[in-house]
Amino acid sequence: MNENKGVLVFSEKHDLTLEMLGKGREIADRLQTDLTAVVIGFNVQEKANELIKYGADKVFLADDQMLKHFQVEPYLSVLHNLAENYKPEIMLIGSTRNGKLLAARLATRLEAGCAPDCARLSIDEQGRLVGERITYGGNAATKITFRTKPQIVTIPARAFGKPEPRDRSGQLIKLDIKIEEPRTEIVDTKPLETSGVRIEDADVIISCGRGLEKKEDRVLLDELAQILEGKVGNTRPLAEDRKWFTEWVGLSGHKVKPKLYIACGISGVIQHVAGIRDAKVIVAINKDEQAPIFEVADYGVVGNLYEILPALKDALKKQLE
Amino acid sequence: MRRIIVCLKQAVDVSQLKVDPATRQLMTAGAPRKISDFDKNALEEAIRIKEKLGDVEILTLTVTSEDAKAVLREALAIGADKAYVVSDPSFKDVDTLGTAYILAEAIRKIGNFDFVLCGETSLDSFSGLVGSRLAELLGLPQISYVRKLSVEGDIVVAERTLEDAIETVRTKMPVLVSVTREINQPRIPSLMMIMRASKKEIVTWTVADLGIQRDKLSSKIDIIEVLAPKTERKKIKITGENAQEIADKLAKALIQEGVVGRR
Repeated sequence: MNENKGVLVFSEKHDLTLEMLGKGREIADRLQTDLTAVVIGFNVQEKANELIKYGADKVFLADDQMLKHFQVEPYLSVLHNLAENYKPEIMLIGSTRNGKLLAARLATRLEAGCAPDCARLSIDEQGRLVGERITYGGNAATKITFRTKPQIVTIPARAFGKPEPRDRSGQLIKLDIKIEEPRTEIVDTKPLETSGVRIEDADVIISCGRGLEKKEDRVLLDELAQILEGKVGNTRPLAEDRKWFTEWVGLSGHKVKPKLYIACGISGVIQHVAGIRDAKVIVAINKDEQAPIFEVADYGVVGNLYEILPALKDALKKQLE
Repeated sequence: MRRIIVCLKQAVDVSQLKVDPATRQLMTAGAPRKISDFDKNALEEAIRIKEKLGDVEILTLTVTSEDAKAVLREALAIGADKAYVVSDPSFKDVDTLGTAYILAEAIRKIGNFDFVLCGETSLDSFSGLVGSRLAELLGLPQISYVRKLSVEGDIVVAERTLEDAIETVRTKMPVLVSVTREINQPRIPSLMMIMRASKKEIVTWTVADLGIQRDKLSSKIDIIEVLAPKTERKKIKITGENAQEIADKLAKALIQEGVVGRR
């Protein structure tokens, strides 16, 4: 029997590939095997070289005009070919929407299992990969192992830190694969407006929930965010029900991992909490002493956010000077 | 006539799910079931296509290990013409590949279709794999994460929501489309619609009816643990005479934690 060996990493997003190389290196060292990265695109050789510095022993490069934009069938044909010929035991695929699509199609073509959105990974005593993901609307964390190989998991952005680049050598292998034709045609791509720092990248996030009485009152959070160089977020009801904002923090929205998360007037429903569970420190400010947010907070203040926030702004200003 | 197959999952209503605080186990057995929210959006979109094109038949398809009659009746009341259910207690242990395989076999038995519509993911297991797996098994073009859908003749044009862009994609029918929750606001059936639905047909198939080989359904994964996430938080209440005193104490604590201030 041909044994599956090695850890293979792919994302169409370069930063996410780098993050997965950090975790991938750790797993490969633990299993005493190779770490391989795949780069797919057009005129992307430079990116491929960079991946070696970030921990890849080997980089497969599929460089073709047909691969300029992500389309599932062409990308799938590259990964499928690699999986069949190189037989990795673990495949880490970046959990963007396109990445999840790709992983699911690949796992099906290989008749393999797939564990999506694993923000935690470990190797058990038998050397099997264990992926942990949030399920049941944030009510549960589910741990998954695999009966077949390759073990395919998708990894969300910022689940693992980007490693430091080092001077190391590795092998670059250019692929010559018959690329499958796409079954759909991209007519148009409109980049979404992003205002400065993405909330996922912020070290400090100050969020409001239904305790915020008027949309304009968000200025209280904005002022605090300015001092702390943070971003302001909100819960789903403020976006979906009140239509004040278009995005939210939570399981179905942005999953964040800041150093500090300040929840203002947020009751703490499980779906919201699932989006902030990896924050280092959580502060809750809420009038209702019984609010479930206090159960998941490091520091709880039972009080009115309209009084606490301005006072906190003054206090931090003074103490940080 | 156009034919749309909508895949509907009977999901655990996660908003009514209870957790045993001692063991952190989920009490799923007793929790109510409902149509997975995302699939309701898929059904609604099918009805909107029907309202626009006229001559359209909407079939729902459900794979379940449980009794799903109530959920199927609701789908028929909302606007499906006929509901198919493949049911077997052993499906309890089927993974996403097995589920997609059963769906694919059922769709082959149903025969001609123009659309397979799915929700982007499911309310309870939240994996978002089944639609893509199904497209692969049926060899269909697939458009995922769709927030807007239109049909012109044999051509389907759809807007996909990605993390950093909106992508407009087109392809020819038949096609598998998975929708996001922003695509529409699902309607709530009126009493009239509920009454009319009682005359509509529910077709029940077994594993044998579909000629499925059991070994095709063996799971590729093991779920080794499903537990409420542990919360390891300090849970320190900060109190004081007034807002300023509380704020001063909180600021001090945050500075000590090293989470505010100069980097």
